[in-house]
Amino acid sequence: MTQTLFENAKLIDPEAQTEAIGDLLVTDGLITALGETATQEAGERAERVDCKGLCLAPGIVDIGVKVGEPGERHKESYASAAAAAAAGGVTTMVIRPDTALTIDTPEALEFVKRRANEDSAVNVLPLAALTKGRQGREMTEIGFLMDAGAVGFSDCDAVVTDTKVFQRALTYAQSLGALVIGHPQEPGLTEGACATSGKFASLRGLPAVSPMAERMGLDRDIALLEMTGARYHADQITTARALPALERAKRNGLSITAGTSIHHLTLNELDVSDYRTFFKLKPPLRSEDDRMATVEAVASGLIDIISSMHTPQDEESKRLPFEEAAAGAVALETLLPAAMRLVHVGALTLAQLFRAVSLNPANLLGLPSGRLSPGAPADLMLFDPDKPFMLDRSTLHSKSKNTPFDGARLQGKVRATYVDGRKVFG
Amino acid sequence: MSFAHRHLLGIEPLSQSDIITILDLADKYAAFNRSRHKHSDALAGRTQINMFFENSTRTQASFELAGKRLGADVMSMAMAASSIKKGETLVDTALTLNAMHPDLLVVRHPHSGAVDLLSQKVNCAVLNAGDGRHEHPTQALLDALTIRRAKGRLHRLTVAICGDIAHSRVARSNIMLLGKMENRIRLVGPPTLMPARVSEFGVEVTSDMREGLEGADVVMMLRLQKERMDGGFIPSEREYYHRFGLTAEKLAHAKPDAIVMHPGPMNRGVEIDGDVADDVTRSVIQEQVEMGVAVRMAAMDLLARNLEERTDGEEGVLV
Repeated sequence: MTQTLFENAKLIDPEAQTEAIGDLLVTDGLITALGETATQEAGERAERVDCKGLCLAPGIVDIGVKVGEPGERHKESYASAAAAAAAGGVTTMVIRPDTALTIDTPEALEFVKRRANEDSAVNVLPLAALTKGRQGREMTEIGFLMDAGAVGFSDCDAVVTDTKVFQRALTYAQSLGALVIGHPQEPGLTEGACATSGKFASLRGLPAVSPMAERMGLDRDIALLEMTGARYHADQITTARALPALERAKRNGLSITAGTSIHHLTLNELDVSDYRTFFKLKPPLRSEDDRMATVEAVASGLIDIISSMHTPQDEESKRLPFEEAAAGAVALETLLPAAMRLVHVGALTLAQLFRAVSLNPANLLGLPSGRLSPGAPADLMLFDPDKPFMLDRSTLHSKSKNTPFDGARLQGKVRATYVDGRKVFG
Repeated sequence: MSFAHRHLLGIEPLSQSDIITILDLADKYAAFNRSRHKHSDALAGRTQINMFFENSTRTQASFELAGKRLGADVMSMAMAASSIKKGETLVDTALTLNAMHPDLLVVRHPHSGAVDLLSQKVNCAVLNAGDGRHEHPTQALLDALTIRRAKGRLHRLTVAICGDIAHSRVARSNIMLLGKMENRIRLVGPPTLMPARVSEFGVEVTSDMREGLEGADVVMMLRLQKERMDGGFIPSEREYYHRFGLTAEKLAHAKPDAIVMHPGPMNRGVEIDGDVADDVTRSVIQEQVEMGVAVRMAAMDLLARNLEERTDGEEGVLV
């Protein structure tokens, strides 16, 4: 029996929505006791970690991380992604299937699991594509893929345009209880756009899409959920106008949850400034009004999950004119300090933040992690919420350094990360 | 005379006095260009490279002539048909050319912001000859010079800019320039060809030509690209001509001495009636072309002067 007692920690409990100084006991990789009980139950030989009042929280469960394997290992390998995750307090990476070679067969999924096993110290759970080649025409072998370990099905940013195909895939997924992750954007309006329509995009002369495209995409998907009863998660809700539809769907008892990206919570369209391609995302950055509405929705719980939407891109694919440059940003390591901006301005409490990054994603995937309760795996992060620093992108563990926070002043640093009680960072 | 800019990427970063500086010098070059001996050594020893990633005849010829009249060594590259097609990135192309020590790079590119990007990677002066639908600063400057010469001033004028505003870099640069010089700007065109939130640019917007032209001093027509004529943005060419084409009847709503402008090339019978375009008492379209060379000479001359200061001390190696 090995025991570790974390003493004098500010325990962030997203279930109870509390933050309080106390102890936490880990026995053989599981959390076994909290508070005074932890102190009492700790054996004499228990390793003691003095947390010095720093925050101890459940590790982040990040839905929607892209790793470059197979096919684009120069952008991000399992080793580099796992190192970045550990440094960012991410204890579970839920991997996207939109790799150069789509993960749409049980064989491809086996490859991913093997590579993750070999090279990753943090947990890796794979998503699989919903349709073959993410082409939106034929559904993948959802049953076999689930047997092989797929925790959800998504075509990522490729919207299944053919509504009938999507309806059938949802119906089939429903029969297996499979989770489908959609990208709610109206594809016709979105086509060719790289900015959100408004004064900024007009001034810069960038092809732009109305924020309404998101609501239209969400409305369609909600209607299909009413038809099929499938379990559905919207990958990124980023606009104010989509929120009432989401709220209604939840109120009507549909099996729907929603996520958003850390970048849409902390940046707006003006950050693109003079065509900075590290700020090119999909969906594009929104207006400040949309950003604030999205932050509020996370605080209220209407938006369930915050993801990094970690998307490594090499210099080659970013050093292009804005319209031609690849979309996406790396964020495994910057998720916490960026999110702390919201905590420091009082928009979110720490407990609300960890509900969105740890507890809710774990619940969505039926994982026992994401919480500080006896019996849960000791997937933990210890962080200093106030430590100020200036981010230098060359220090990131990711192979790709495409972060929009290069040179940004941030506050909040991960000091240590534990997976099943084992220290993987710090 | 001060012009403290390294590049000419757009009108947006220019001040009123920057604009006046360029126009004043361009006026002198306009007179110079009409003289018998139109050759100076202002850019002697300088290398000017024109990189056009988008086909252009008029603008490229204008920049080429401007450079030659100032004594620069001018090279024009048709990038649309070169290595960029072989997968070389814009930045690599820029670095390659930069290694050949040009002094002035004139760049046109189909994507907004591409010229900004390129300017960050080279250590010569970059002139934007049009980037996507973003800016076309020398066009706005030559329009301004034409207006100033025709109207005797460049402020408190009512200017109607008509047509495809959404896809037009000429419109954006003109809105910016005429706004900075304190003019009243009206945008006229079908709503499908208006940029989003355009009213926040400090302009009036209408889709009625007669209303838009009422009392205007200047009527600026824009070219309607062929690929936008059918169904996508407007129902048809003939309906567009009927509602938005500049005819003598519609022009009658403007001031009696209003001038008619067009950046060219024109689609007669689409956005402008042939008779109006060719009416020498109203149309200043040929004058615009003439001022184009003068403005480009002025801009390159001013940028090259700053270049001199920066490379001071490194010169004279071979002399």
